[in-house]
Amino acid sequence: MMFVPGNNPAMMQDAHIYGPDSIMLDLEDSVSMAEKDTARLLVHHALKSVDYGNTEMVVRINPLNTPYGKKDIEAVVKAGVHVIRMPKTETAEEVREVEREIERVEKELGCLGRTRIMAAIESALGVVNAYDIATASPRMMGIALGAEDYCANLKTQRSNDGDELRLARETIVVAARAAGIDALDTVYSNVNDMDTFRKEVEFIKTLGFDGKSIINPRQIDVVNEVFTPTQKDIDKARTIIAAIKEAEKKGSGVIAVNGKMVDKPVVTRAQRTIELAIASGAIKEEEI
Amino acid sequence: MNSYNDRKSQIEAQAIRLGKTVYNDSKAVKNPTPRLELQKESSKLATLEDAIRKSGLSDGMTISFHHHFRGGDKVVNMVVDKLAEMGFKNLHLAASSLSDVHAPLIEHIRNGVITKISTSGLRGELAKEISHGLMDEPVIFRSHGGRGSAIANGDLHIDVAFLGAPSSDPLGNATGYSRSENAKSICGSLGYALPDARYADKVVIITDDLVPYPNTPNSISERDVDFVVEAESVGDSSKISSGAIRDTKNPRDILLARQAAKVIENSGYFKPGFSIQTGSGGASLAAVKYLRDSMVKNNIVADFALGGITAHMVKLHEEGLIKRLIDVQSFDKVAAESLRRNPMHKEVSANEYASADEPGSAVHYLDIVILSALETDVNFNVNVLVGSDGIIRGAIGGHPDTAADSALSIIVCPLLRGRIPCVVDEVTTLITPGSSVDVIVTEYGIAVNPRRPEIKERLEAAGLNIVDITWLRDKARSIIGEASALPFGNKTVGVVMNRDGSVLDVIKNIES
Amino acid sequence: MKLNNAIAGTLESGDILVELSPSDTPGLTVNLESSVAYQFGDQIRNVIRETLEELGINDAIVDATDKGALDCTIRARVTAAAVRATGKDVWAD
Repeated sequence: MMFVPGNNPAMMQDAHIYGPDSIMLDLEDSVSMAEKDTARLLVHHALKSVDYGNTEMVVRINPLNTPYGKKDIEAVVKAGVHVIRMPKTETAEEVREVEREIERVEKELGCLGRTRIMAAIESALGVVNAYDIATASPRMMGIALGAEDYCANLKTQRSNDGDELRLARETIVVAARAAGIDALDTVYSNVNDMDTFRKEVEFIKTLGFDGKSIINPRQIDVVNEVFTPTQKDIDKARTIIAAIKEAEKKGSGVIAVNGKMVDKPVVTRAQRTIELAIASGAIKEEEI
Repeated sequence: MNSYNDRKSQIEAQAIRLGKTVYNDSKAVKNPTPRLELQKESSKLATLEDAIRKSGLSDGMTISFHHHFRGGDKVVNMVVDKLAEMGFKNLHLAASSLSDVHAPLIEHIRNGVITKISTSGLRGELAKEISHGLMDEPVIFRSHGGRGSAIANGDLHIDVAFLGAPSSDPLGNATGYSRSENAKSICGSLGYALPDARYADKVVIITDDLVPYPNTPNSISERDVDFVVEAESVGDSSKISSGAIRDTKNPRDILLARQAAKVIENSGYFKPGFSIQTGSGGASLAAVKYLRDSMVKNNIVADFALGGITAHMVKLHEEGLIKRLIDVQSFDKVAAESLRRNPMHKEVSANEYASADEPGSAVHYLDIVILSALETDVNFNVNVLVGSDGIIRGAIGGHPDTAADSALSIIVCPLLRGRIPCVVDEVTTLITPGSSVDVIVTEYGIAVNPRRPEIKERLEAAGLNIVDITWLRDKARSIIGEASALPFGNKTVGVVMNRDGSVLDVIKNIES
Repeated sequence: MKLNNAIAGTLESGDILVELSPSDTPGLTVNLESSVAYQFGDQIRNVIRETLEELGINDAIVDATDKGALDCTIRARVTAAAVRATGKDVWAD
């Protein structure tokens, strides 16, 4: 997910050419108070006019307890945004408030249920409530960590190895998995230090995250490289998928590869490998 | 009896038979002056004014210059100011290229000192004025290879060449750098000055570092030089890499560069012993950085890199990834320094670099060239000279030479620059014919010339995003809308010569 | 509709700075300075007019400095200037 400031038309109009899985147009922290109104209009018109192709379009709105949040929701839902990202989410009730606002606008448009929600967790209270937040609405598609605010709230600061984020990251992954939605990691803001960035991406992949937030197109390749399964993994997954199909054809409940029974988790992992390989462009969907 | 005196009658007889005189010893004079002092009396040393006067320059003649100092050039303005002061009129200025710093020429054109220009490019205010119709006679534009040919075959006859050199001895052995401690400037290769030095009727070297004889190894030879003029400064070396050359952090340029590198890797030409050239755009320069990783990974070493040589190329050479550098123009100080230090970094003249009629010109043996463009069109034609506002803002350079003679030419350009489309129905001005352009890389996809189906196949097999060129045109249109026609007038302000000496296109004046 | 002076936009590449002010005479006066005036001047002026008319603003002076903005950006900037000039937002409070 690539962050793009909502008040920068040049960056908004071609952010998709770098091939991120999703683009988050930001109305919150990257936009000054004085430009909230103009950024909202820019984002609205960009979403309506720019052909972003298959890219998932996300807008980070301002919190509903500011004068901007409600208008943000109206403007982006009317423009057909895929996902609204809530900043600084601490309770399930906040999610439901946003959901009510979305519903109000969707009813007016006659497209009830179109907009999904992602919540960024950026405080200790949010981490404690992670599972409640993740399950607060059927529109919830993911939860994300916002590390800068979280560290400030925790009275610490970010380090390169990220020890201070460990509990938050693990809690978010566990909550997301329990809720059956995606877990997205925080940004790494030094775009010139690709080595540390790569280590961080490798680490959060190991933790189980589905993706990483990025602030510069130059970071995309690293994320894709880390998340793309190796050819060996893909080949193995393909064999297993083929075995499933074979079993289905035979009407057999038992899946076997090379005479060995394959457990359910192995099947799930194989399917996940294929999904990642398709998402990263390593293989094409029709090849399966 | 066979003394010298006895042989006198036979000596006289042979002299008559050969039509020669008999040697006269009483005329022989020995000059006892120490030679370091003697050099200072070289008959070639002159002030600029004396050199101009002695050169025999007269109204209506052709003077020439090189552009190795790019935006830092001081010679053109210095010489033309002097010519104006001396009262010359109606001169033909034939430069290898002109840039922003040559805006003072506008006044000299208005005053009739310069009435005709031949060049590879024009930029800045001078370009703008000429585009609006400043001159009665159209500017003649040639590629670097085309200029070399025209000078050699007499199409472009130069009466007096004024060639700035960072060092020269009093006899005219000159180079694009200096080995003395008084060095003031450096531009590296003097490749574009070499045809002028060789073929001009009179050659004036202007240097800001007059060094003792012999200034070897030399680039321009004393044999070609008539006068040597010492000047305060011939150029500002810090500006060589300003203007068109820049190292990019722009994510779009980086995206284009990576795509271009992938095209090369999968083109079929990326093999041990390949040769490569890059143009001056940010993306085409950056492509070298990404290609490097691939060369290291696949253990592929190039035989030579050609053309405008950059710091990136020097780095690859020093790492052993490129065996030799062939340098017609040093694009930055690192390249210029390398040329001075390193015998494997060879200077070539414009003819040896890119002339179509020079059998051994380096472009004939070039595998891959990466070039930039202002505009391309659905027939793969390229324009690098005239902006899409109708104003001249670039240079032909070696673009058509390298595109035509290389085995694979790759154009790297963004589909959109702001609201300016770079893939259009028809280029504003035809500079490089589509028949010589193989691949166009944009941020929205890669188009392959239908003349090269095998390349298309290879790139598609590698999973690159290959699209039809018309799809790119339509994509641009869908984003920015339909552009209105430019308000061109009826006056011809420029003529574009093809590299074979035929007329390729004309440039009309644009209304202001 | 009562108008105050209002500005929206920037002079960054790809953006447009729109200044809206009340006009004594009826109709819209659009003064445009653009880096792509030759090719897109008419189209930009049309988008500015259309956007204002849709918002019910028929009498105003528009001074626009364009740096190659796309139509959607022009619409957003003109709307923002109009909202600021009229004090009436396009989104519900």
